[in-house]
Amino acid sequence: MTSIAKPKIVHQGLRRNALGLTVRDYEGGMSTLCAGCGHDSITAAIVQAFFELDIAPHSVAKMSGIGCSSKTPAYFLSASHGFNSVHGRMPSIATGASAANRELYLLGVSGDGDSLSIGLGQFMHALRRNLDMVYIIENNGVYGLTKGQFSASADVGSEAKRGEVNQQPPIDPVQMALALGGSFVARSFSGDKEQLVPLIKAGVRHRGFALIDVLSPCVTFNDHEGSTKSYAHAREFNHPAIHADFVPPAAEIKASYEEGDVLPVELHDGSRVLLRKVAMGYDASNRGAAIEYIRARQRDGEVVTGLLYIDEKTGLDLHGINGTVSVPLARLPYEELCPGRDALLALQKRFR
Amino acid sequence: MARQQKSRINDFVLKIANVNGTGSASANSLLMKTVFRMGIPVSGKNFFPSNIQGLPTWYEIRVSKDGYLARSGSVDIMVAMNAQTYARDLQEVAPGGVLLYDSTWPRDRLLSRADIEVIGVPLARMCNERFANARTRILMKNMAYVGVLAALLELDRDVIVELIKETFARKPALIESNQQAIDLGLDYAREHLECPLPQRVKALNKTTGHIMIDGNTAAALGCVYAGATVGAWYPITPSTSLMDAFKSFCERYRKDPQTGERKYCVVQAEDELAAIGIVLGATWSGARAFTPTSGPGLSLMSEFLGFAYFTELPAVLFDVQRVGPSTGMPTRTQQADLLAAAYASHGDTKHVLLFPRDPHECFELAVTAFDLADRLQTPVIVLSDLDIGMNDWLCPELDWDPAYQPDRGKVLSAADLETAKSFHRYVDVHGDGIPQRTLPGVHPRGAYFVRGSGHNQYGGYTEDSEEYREVVDRLSKKWQTAAKLVPEPVIRRSRKGAAVGVIAVGSCDAAIEEALDRLAAKGIHADYCRIRAFPFGKKVRQFLEQHEHVFVVEQNRDAQLKTLLLAETQHSPARLQSILHYGGLPMDHRCVTEALEQHAARGVAA
Repeated sequence: MTSIAKPKIVHQGLRRNALGLTVRDYEGGMSTLCAGCGHDSITAAIVQAFFELDIAPHSVAKMSGIGCSSKTPAYFLSASHGFNSVHGRMPSIATGASAANRELYLLGVSGDGDSLSIGLGQFMHALRRNLDMVYIIENNGVYGLTKGQFSASADVGSEAKRGEVNQQPPIDPVQMALALGGSFVARSFSGDKEQLVPLIKAGVRHRGFALIDVLSPCVTFNDHEGSTKSYAHAREFNHPAIHADFVPPAAEIKASYEEGDVLPVELHDGSRVLLRKVAMGYDASNRGAAIEYIRARQRDGEVVTGLLYIDEKTGLDLHGINGTVSVPLARLPYEELCPGRDALLALQKRFR
Repeated sequence: MARQQKSRINDFVLKIANVNGTGSASANSLLMKTVFRMGIPVSGKNFFPSNIQGLPTWYEIRVSKDGYLARSGSVDIMVAMNAQTYARDLQEVAPGGVLLYDSTWPRDRLLSRADIEVIGVPLARMCNERFANARTRILMKNMAYVGVLAALLELDRDVIVELIKETFARKPALIESNQQAIDLGLDYAREHLECPLPQRVKALNKTTGHIMIDGNTAAALGCVYAGATVGAWYPITPSTSLMDAFKSFCERYRKDPQTGERKYCVVQAEDELAAIGIVLGATWSGARAFTPTSGPGLSLMSEFLGFAYFTELPAVLFDVQRVGPSTGMPTRTQQADLLAAAYASHGDTKHVLLFPRDPHECFELAVTAFDLADRLQTPVIVLSDLDIGMNDWLCPELDWDPAYQPDRGKVLSAADLETAKSFHRYVDVHGDGIPQRTLPGVHPRGAYFVRGSGHNQYGGYTEDSEEYREVVDRLSKKWQTAAKLVPEPVIRRSRKGAAVGVIAVGSCDAAIEEALDRLAAKGIHADYCRIRAFPFGKKVRQFLEQHEHVFVVEQNRDAQLKTLLLAETQHSPARLQSILHYGGLPMDHRCVTEALEQHAARGVAA
């Protein structure tokens, strides 16, 4: 089977962004995932976020590993470069891409198998490097392409479609990211576009590693009663703690908030995230408290969502640590890289 | 023993037995550099343990007026500084040779030999009397034996002092103490010993225009000069010094003195799986990128190597081979990754390999590797080894053609894409099997999808047999193109019509060259083809055809080069004979000399 191209019809009335592009220009091929798959909603959120951010599609690199989630880059931003790497190793490809061209917008899409099992090491090290990218985990607690095995994010007591009960504790990418010093840690639900779109936009504008763990139910293998990653379960136990509104640079803050309700965080390009407390007492700038809060809610079976932690100031990203020049390394002319013949001859005195 | 009279000027082997972590490396390199600066060809081999402190270590220096750089196979002068290995060190000295030991402590009487001269010098005692600091005493003991040897071998004291001054230019206090220790040994020897030995040096002018450099340093320089900007690695002996050197050269040449901004990026990855991934991400984005590794690292990189072959991404790897499998003997040398590198990964894969023979070629072939990787859009693996990578070799000075421009291959620019009607990633536009590629962020028309899944010539996902075969058959065609582009073998012809040939790669070269000279002196002639690249080109095939009997010399147990030759050329196995050296120490000429002598004798008998 080959991929299915989506017919491109642009209606006259479609809104155009600052680049003169319509939302259709940010779409991709037809999805081959199961009807109702949570991943397709995330795809739609990505399309909307990049359209609204006025980012030229060809300056985006779509990175993925292997799995259902990793197939999705084919379904959005068809004018972007895509890199479907080997299983669990997308973070290393993204690291190299960023090292060579720091101007690329790197968007990684991975899954719970790809990031929390085979690729756990690479995922954690990309986060530790504070690689400047958005890293979305489409988390459904199950292996789809190999038909229904538990993944490492499956909750204790969660039932598989064939009745098996998971007894191993889940790996939570959000708690791990908080513990490892992640600079932007968010969680959302594929069914909540209101929440997800601004998170993606803020993640793109954040300088450093922006983790967005998105609960994304698998309709075929993990949407039954007894599953803790089903649509029904997600809706019932979703616990939004903090909502992030994204405000582009120079735009006015239009919504009215009660004083003290909202904490604006300025991102490196001048845009802002407005953090609105949904749950009383939640503090998105306190790493330790965030972990405590998430764990406390987890004991009651609830899943805390929102922009759970952001630190825009202290951490350096890969290039900040390395001290790389601002011009992408891949674009430096050769003359600036080669020390030349005289330098070589002079250097060799030390080898005599 | 009465001293033999026959002088051995500029033709002997000196070996120093020591304990690692005692600072003997600088003393030994001082000895070797002194010989080099006196204009006499010299080579040094370091046999060190996989350990930081306390285990036996040896350094072998061959002084050779004829310029032979391989090991000679025997030891003429042993400096036995390690009580643990004294017995075996004593046994290793060739009859008529000399053993120098530290006579501060008594030796076991049973350990003696009548056919060599044993010289005792109270090195520790002298240093303890002269120096106060405990660590200094240990370090200076090494300098003291250099002083003793300076007298015994007639090394030029001025050259030694000059080298000390250069080495410790930034630590003037050390110049004084090191010089004192040298004189301590020198004066003692002149006063108490019969100097010089028959094995001694005499200045020549055979090292002008040469340097002493290790292969990892030279390869790192090649990376700098080729314009590599991204390096990713996971530390592994014996490749580690390659990235260390790259970083230090970049700090010197690629760092803005005012702003401190760097025109390079080195990422120490979490493992080799990531190191190769980082390289591929970087080359995909348009940088020249590389990773140094060794056998175990190459194994971990296998999955991505197949991916890179199939998705057609450039990458440069340096496999500084060591003894395997597994941890094996990480500080010993071998050529045992040939097959693993040639066919790394699952599925149908083949990789371009380059085989430098010495540090000079590490420099040159590093540059070639980047050009080939970009031109062919595929990984290129430079197969060096520990002997080349970590030992200092005498080689011609490195030179650089100022007119050199990197061959970045078929990369479409924004202007190309602007005027192009369309772009399809895997279409064979020029009939050479090499498609065109684009870089992310350059032009909207350049976007395509890199995927390890089956893809058609347009880059689209496919599971269609015909479309898949079209792509992999073109990859075969590209492989044929590669065979024409890779460096040709170096062929040494003895005289017209030699029926016997020798084939080898890499660091076997020095030993083979010496063997062929020795054999020629006895009237035994053979031609020699030093393969420098895989795929094997036309000239390698011709060489095989032209010679009735070909010896394949290599440093592994399973005759991997021979296997590769048989698999890739369909040559008759009966016409190839292996000479295998795989104990982990650099080879000397003897295995080659003996095998060819036996062959010649059989020929005469028949």
